[in-house]
Amino acid sequence: MAKKNKSIEKLKELGQKVVKDIDKNKNPNLIVPIRALSNVIFNQKNKTLELGNKVASRHFFNIAHAKKFLQTIEVAAKIKKELLESGKHSSLRDVFYMVKRTVPGTEINIVDEQPESDKSIEDLEVITGLSREQMHVNADKKGSVVGNVIIEDSGDKIDWSKLGSGGWSIPSNVEEIKFKKVNADYILYMEKAAVWERLNEDKFWKKHNCILLASQGQTTRGIRRLLQRFYEEYKLPIYVLCDGDIYGTYIYSVIKYGSIALAHASERLTIPSVKYIGITMDDIEKYDLKKHFIKLKDTDFDRIKQVSEYEWFKDNKEWQKQFKKMKEYKAKVEIQSLSSKGISFISEKYLPEKIKNKDFLE
Amino acid sequence: MPKQKTVAEQLATKQKEISISEFFTRNRHLLGFDNPSRALLMTIKEAVDNSLDACSEMKVLPDLFVSIKQINETRFLVIVEDNGPGIVKQQIPNIFAKLLYGSKFHTLKQNRGQQGIGISASVLYSQLSTGKPTKIISKTGRDKPAHYYELNIDTKKNEPKVITDRVVDWVKEHGTKIEIELEGKYLKGRQSVDEYVKQTAIVNPHAQITYIAPDNEKVVYHRATQELPKESKEIKPHPHGIELGTFIKMLHDTTTNTIHGFFQGDFSRIGAKTASDVCNESKISSRSNPRKLSSLEAEKLFKALQSAKIMAPPTDCLSPIGSELLERGLRKEINAEFYVTTSRPTSVYRGMPFQIEVGIAYGGDLPKDTQVKLLRFANRVPLLYQQGACAITEAVTSTNWKAYDLQQSGSNLPVGPAVITVHMASVWVPFTSESKDAIASYDEILKEMRLALQECGRKLGAFIRRTIKAREQKEKIDLLEKYIPELASALSDLTDLKKEILQEKLQKVLKKELTNLEMENGKEE
Repeated sequence: MAKKNKSIEKLKELGQKVVKDIDKNKNPNLIVPIRALSNVIFNQKNKTLELGNKVASRHFFNIAHAKKFLQTIEVAAKIKKELLESGKHSSLRDVFYMVKRTVPGTEINIVDEQPESDKSIEDLEVITGLSREQMHVNADKKGSVVGNVIIEDSGDKIDWSKLGSGGWSIPSNVEEIKFKKVNADYILYMEKAAVWERLNEDKFWKKHNCILLASQGQTTRGIRRLLQRFYEEYKLPIYVLCDGDIYGTYIYSVIKYGSIALAHASERLTIPSVKYIGITMDDIEKYDLKKHFIKLKDTDFDRIKQVSEYEWFKDNKEWQKQFKKMKEYKAKVEIQSLSSKGISFISEKYLPEKIKNKDFLE
Repeated sequence: MPKQKTVAEQLATKQKEISISEFFTRNRHLLGFDNPSRALLMTIKEAVDNSLDACSEMKVLPDLFVSIKQINETRFLVIVEDNGPGIVKQQIPNIFAKLLYGSKFHTLKQNRGQQGIGISASVLYSQLSTGKPTKIISKTGRDKPAHYYELNIDTKKNEPKVITDRVVDWVKEHGTKIEIELEGKYLKGRQSVDEYVKQTAIVNPHAQITYIAPDNEKVVYHRATQELPKESKEIKPHPHGIELGTFIKMLHDTTTNTIHGFFQGDFSRIGAKTASDVCNESKISSRSNPRKLSSLEAEKLFKALQSAKIMAPPTDCLSPIGSELLERGLRKEINAEFYVTTSRPTSVYRGMPFQIEVGIAYGGDLPKDTQVKLLRFANRVPLLYQQGACAITEAVTSTNWKAYDLQQSGSNLPVGPAVITVHMASVWVPFTSESKDAIASYDEILKEMRLALQECGRKLGAFIRRTIKAREQKEKIDLLEKYIPELASALSDLTDLKKEILQEKLQKVLKKELTNLEMENGKEE
């Protein structure tokens, strides 16, 4: 309950600050830290992305700012009244519908599309220091996990080793989850649900005493936070398995260093010790994957250039070698291309060999 | 062996002279009589053009009466009456009932009608479609008799056939009245007679026109100025404006007996020196008889003439509307917010002097989200057909109107609440066909049109930016006012303070901020 009261208080403070301006007959003003690459700093010591000091000043009586200003306050009011005060949780989509309506006497909607209310929530995070979860807003559930782990969630005990082919689906908010038993040597995280299903069917986690965790595509906040808690509470090593392309690299980068959009939440989400297990450009030679090349597009080359110039990759010789090879090959390979060597090649040969030889990228 | 006819002989039995009126019936479209609604318009147009030209010959302010009466579903009676000089008795039959008879074809002078096919074509059409004669009354002065004629055309000989010829009483001091009955169709809209009369009133602000449409609705287009347009003078052809065929015909028709005299007398801008130079250049004696030159000699002479340096033609032969009067014409017939007009200096194409005038009316009652209305005029005559084929349209669509704050997609007409008027005055307007609907695209003409459009466009753009900006600013402030209750209510939810009090306070802040807001461009940070 204390946490909820803190959230309500923070949002109330925000409102009071605006009212203070109005009382002084001043144009109401919100100071919002800028969330863009230009205001993201790579902290060399912590090896994480952090938000810089640049702020935008948003005035209500300014045509260019008025709508955003109104959106932010409107979202704050709805979260406070409808969620926090009644102790309920909702999705980003619900918040969108909570604030969507037409301003009377105009043809203007307070929000037209969900990204607008999503942005307002991110603004509230950086303004108040509250996390989205603390404001009772959840993202969509995404991702599965399996392993020798027992947890407690909302009073229910759940054994991750007894959940059949589906595994436990990871909620967007994992703050309240309690670990009851954790018996694993490492965590293997992969960007593809199909690969996770393969490994689960082969009982890879049983044979190698590990936790298997997958998302589909981008890693959600819930997954990142869950990985971080395993690392912080049990010091488990974490290996990341992605497609051999620049987008796979970036998935790894987000887990390890943080993302630009969520730089303000890095502290609770990043795990600087994660290692990249594959697919590496060297695997292509070693496991003879060239025949499964998929040609890169112009946009892929642009992305390689961008990522290779990020501060946290710029001086990393190993990774620069990878980028160079990506450009030389002009192609990428998917994790599933390993199946050409046999359906269980990945679980019987590729992964055990890599882990045994400590063949990782960092 | 029976005597066989040669092919040529066989053909000869089929070949016969085609009378001019037969030619007309088969080629109505060339003259603009291709459908009933167009025939009605052409008849009004020819009669009105003649009346306005006649009035300007006499230097009298035109007072026209135009009426269309519907006789039955497809038949109409057109009456056009003017206060012009009238026509002398002997000429009446020829002018109205003989094709290609007239004074305009042989002169270079800015006239409304140009080819002389004019009114007699309407008379013929009337005769062919109804069998009725055309009725004319004309009177040349207060003490002169008024002559009443009923005329048909002898279609074989292209000669007038006089059915009635008598003197009548007519209250008018001088003038001409024509009554033509014809098969036609009366429509409303862009290509209607109504529109024609209205547009005529715009570019002839010195004329008063009373118009009665078939539905008996009477419109009086009032005179906007008592000033007569500057009289246009007749000029001789400029040597650089003619073609070889015309040149040979002129050699043949001249009344002088030497080439030297022919050059000086029958052309503008050729003096004694130029005449001698051209003769020397082509090695033809300046004393030779122009009627006796061989065609080879004629061609040599023509070539030398074309390469000779000759002054541009005189420009005082034109009678533009003038920027001020064009604006007055627009103001009286189009209800808009803003008017801009320009009258370009005289320019020359193919040896023909011409002048372009442009006027734009913007805003007010004009429809916002449609293409602008384009009004095209040649020598003060509205052009209602073949907009797509006209140089005026090309000049307008190839102008970048976005630069002047009108919308425009690709090279279409711009979109916005505007009427764009373009007038070309010339001693010889290059129409694309005999029906005189569209002006041909000569580079010199297009260039002048664009310059005039740009000149008006710049002023229009400045106006739009000024007024639209002020309007948008007001709309923005209105919007902020609408946001206030929303913000007040959200703040009330956050702070548990009273919404009404917050709202009042916010309104106070807005009042204070108003001056800042008007200056603001609204950039974040």
